[in-house]
Amino acid sequence: MQRPSASLMKTVALKTLPVMAGYLVLGTGFGILFESKGYGFIWSLLMSTAVFAGSMQYVAIDLISGGVSLISTALMTVMVNARHLFYGISMVGKYRGAGLKKPYLMFALTDETYSLICSEPVPEGTDAHTFYFLISLVNQCYWVTGSVAGALLGSLITFETAGLDFAMTALFISIFTEQWLTAKNHLPALIGAGATLLCLILFGADSFLIPAMLVIITAMCSIRPLIEKAEAKEGENRAE
Amino acid sequence: MQNNTYVLLSILVMAVVTALLRCLPFFVFGGKRSTSPFITYLGRYLPYAMMGMLVIYCYKSVSFASAPFGAPELIAGAAVVLLHVWKRNSLLSIGLGTACYMLLIRFVF
Repeated sequence: MQRPSASLMKTVALKTLPVMAGYLVLGTGFGILFESKGYGFIWSLLMSTAVFAGSMQYVAIDLISGGVSLISTALMTVMVNARHLFYGISMVGKYRGAGLKKPYLMFALTDETYSLICSEPVPEGTDAHTFYFLISLVNQCYWVTGSVAGALLGSLITFETAGLDFAMTALFISIFTEQWLTAKNHLPALIGAGATLLCLILFGADSFLIPAMLVIITAMCSIRPLIEKAEAKEGENRAE
Repeated sequence: MQNNTYVLLSILVMAVVTALLRCLPFFVFGGKRSTSPFITYLGRYLPYAMMGMLVIYCYKSVSFASAPFGAPELIAGAAVVLLHVWKRNSLLSIGLGTACYMLLIRFVF
């Protein structure tokens, strides 16, 4: 990979700013909690480097300190992280031909990285995979930095950060809004939000994700003819 | 504290399962020379549904049954939407939305 230009790094820094705020705060929170159970910064460093999955790492603090079986840990990981399956499905095309960068791009596909890569246009004159790679890497650096800092300096942090992690929610909301404003068809957005809300109400906060995913994928498959018809019609209009 | 081998193995299990979940679609659908129309369709439209899912996911632990009934999260969320519709600048909507939330939980609720 060529050394990325200063202007590219500036774009990446700017685009990942909301993730930086969120990851530093949530990462620090994770480091502090894990340390409070007796697991110092080496463990935070290891987990944030090897797992790199925010909500799962929080769950892991309880699993590990409670000493649950490895099978339970594996099942819990599937429950919490199954949504990443869908991120992969939507990136098969975009990551095609990424070469040596591809393994890391696949590994580092978190909620936030996925959101940015879905929504941010590649700067002109930049190789798309380099841009995606930098976003993924910079995001993981924020996360690792936060979690190690939390473990090392947790007790020293006096800066009042309560609520700063709302940056993550705000990131998703702003992308959702932007997509809503640009999309011609709002059905997919409504399906995603509607199905998840419904399953959250029906199944509760601990077990709504997998049912929600099933509803979403079923609904997305059944509206495919509808959407492709609209696409074809639009293509005709453009041709006229 | 658990013994080191146990912790190490637990982290390994989580790392492998998470990586598998992230990589599986590429192994299943990414091998062929061109992407199938179905996967192209999902690639184009699934992100809209996923973003809807993530927004709700962020609100999963907010307690709407007891005071302040999720008001700071809802007000700040609405602020992000309005700012974004108005200016279409994500850093501005995220920055001011987060600031709004931090102020709300400190001084109002």
